[in-house]
Amino acid sequence: MSAREDVLGRIRQALGPDRTAPAEVARDYRHSDGRPAGDPGLLDLLVDRVEDYRASVLRCGPGEVAGTVAAALDQGMGAGWAPGDVVVAPGLPEEWRPPGSDVDDDRPPVQLADRSAAVTAVAVAIAETGTLVLDGSPACGRRALSLLPDCLVCVVRTDQVVGSVPEALARLDPLRPLTMVSGPSATSDIELQRVEGVHGPRTLMVVLVA
Amino acid sequence: MTAVHLGMPALPTAPRGVGHLRGDESFPAAARSALRDGQLRANLGHATTTIRDKRARVVDELPDWAELREAGRALKAATMARLDDHLEELERQVTARGGTVHWARDANEANEIVTRLVQATGASEVVKVKSMATQEIGLNEALEAVGLDVFETDLAELIVQLGEDKPSHILVPAIHKNRAEIREIFARTIPGVDPGLTDDPRQLAMAARAHLRERFLRARVAVSGANFGIADTGTLAVVESEGNGRMCLTLPETLITVMGIEKVVPTWQDLEVFLQLLPRSSTGERMNPYTSTWAGVTPGDGPQEFHLVLLDNGRTAVLADEVGREALHCIRCSACLNVCPVYERAGGHSYGSVYPGPIGAILSPQLTGVEDNASLPYASSLCGACYDVCPVAIDIPKILVHLRAEHVEAQQRVTPEAAAFRALSTAMSRPWLWHLTQRASRLGRLIARGRPTLPNALPPPISGWTRSRDLPTPPTSTFVESWTREHGR
Ligand code: SF4
Repeated sequence: MSAREDVLGRIRQALGPDRTAPAEVARDYRHSDGRPAGDPGLLDLLVDRVEDYRASVLRCGPGEVAGTVAAALDQGMGAGWAPGDVVVAPGLPEEWRPPGSDVDDDRPPVQLADRSAAVTAVAVAIAETGTLVLDGSPACGRRALSLLPDCLVCVVRTDQVVGSVPEALARLDPLRPLTMVSGPSATSDIELQRVEGVHGPRTLMVVLVA
Repeated sequence: MTAVHLGMPALPTAPRGVGHLRGDESFPAAARSALRDGQLRANLGHATTTIRDKRARVVDELPDWAELREAGRALKAATMARLDDHLEELERQVTARGGTVHWARDANEANEIVTRLVQATGASEVVKVKSMATQEIGLNEALEAVGLDVFETDLAELIVQLGEDKPSHILVPAIHKNRAEIREIFARTIPGVDPGLTDDPRQLAMAARAHLRERFLRARVAVSGANFGIADTGTLAVVESEGNGRMCLTLPETLITVMGIEKVVPTWQDLEVFLQLLPRSSTGERMNPYTSTWAGVTPGDGPQEFHLVLLDNGRTAVLADEVGREALHCIRCSACLNVCPVYERAGGHSYGSVYPGPIGAILSPQLTGVEDNASLPYASSLCGACYDVCPVAIDIPKILVHLRAEHVEAQQRVTPEAAAFRALSTAMSRPWLWHLTQRASRLGRLIARGRPTLPNALPPPISGWTRSRDLPTPPTSTFVESWTREHGR
């Protein structure tokens, strides 16, 4: 008998011939925060929660994105960065990109480790948990892009900001490779003292576009 | 008791001689040396108190925590009742998206499968994300035995691996080491480490980053576990903090994921419950820094070869026990460890298995068969704190009592303790007998002669029991008697 047949057979034996039908699962937890995506209260909550993870948020109007992204890079890396050190997701809107920045292509992913910063969009943001979700679409870029450069700038549109985890998951495609980011990478493995930045980006900057 | 169907052989437990489910000594023997280690107790006390407080704060923040917890419990119970169907669906979906699914009856078979897959790539080294399942089966030893280099990439696992030590906590495996000890391990074992390295946690974390970065960038094969495997979409999920998981899941050409069969969840929507329960219970954060999900293979993004190994290793034997099977609902948050007064004093190593604390006390003996971990069901004061914090409401005290009775039943020789537990088990299952027993305990009041606890100097064999425990003097009337007196029947 194959291992597959064997394990499935064991499960059937364990559950017995007259296994109980599973009870209906009551999902009477909150399915939504009650506020529509982009509600001003949600934006404030998102900012508060993201900053609680020691990431920074810069807010701007729709016409000011490129300038604000540049300001975020100044803040994240210190002034004096070269545009060529910044790599952006291939589908990031032109008008959001710092002039002269490098656009990600199909180079071997490890080469992204040579760049100091990455700029991407997000698929959805969760206010209650301060989480940004990237979904591998052209605007968010492949997973290595938001992982290897040491500073990550994510641009979030207000209509992408939802209140709760259930609302966010309902908007996402589970077949895409998803990365949920809540603050910079961190460890508490040494005496539970939190240290930001282990293997992922040490600096996370969020640009929130009203 | 155990639901063994007539004419069917008992389901196999996890085999001996491989993996890390059995300790070298019994819990009381191991705990005795841990109790003498003042440093260990100080580290543990600090760590568990800190996480406990953080957890309480973020759990209180959610107005619907009770509803989420109940949904989590019910989802797990419903999943187990149809475990075969969900696994077959998961297999179909993963395969449809370009992954390959393997089944492993036990640790030996899983180790063989992974070894063969790694060897087929021609790679000589493997990077690993922290995973309880691969620790359980002793995968690192199996890979090293054929000459492969294995690198643990989680900071705490790295500390444990470099220190040739054992993990002592599910979430923070190096919780028993302080910063000075960690500095010493790094200075001794990391090639080319800065000799001026101090014991500042930031500096230590950066030393680990530098040490592993180059390995990540050249790695061709990674091995991971999985927190959830979603049947209806074939999506796997890994929850982590440091980004080492993302490195392993993203950069190598080949990814091999070892997942216990109980980790399957039926639908994508179910994740909305567990992604709220897990981080808050585990690290006490609203959300952990990184959660990665993937379904099969995505062209141009991440590993182009994906293998999922579904592991039994005694889980079906647990499933066969109608009371004990709830232990399979565990989402490995470690909240029960952090509230357990026994864990806080005895430490993780005393449990002898990769699963320490209250969950270990109910899971390890069931995976191995209770005779191989006979002392673990007694490694608890039955205070119930573990049940209160468990995000999927596993009734750990109930399973402990159940396993104690099973252990007692299995014993050939009738010890006084065995006789007592057998009697207790019988009495608890018959109300009239239970009431009679409780009334009989008034005899204890005579022995106590007004003291709050029974004297240590009871005659043998009872002294063996009271030497390390304060038995409260039985009350003048039982709870049921008082209730009946005050409220009527
Ligand atoms: S038994 Fe419950 S509290 Fe303990 S680790 Fe598992 S899920 Fe968490």
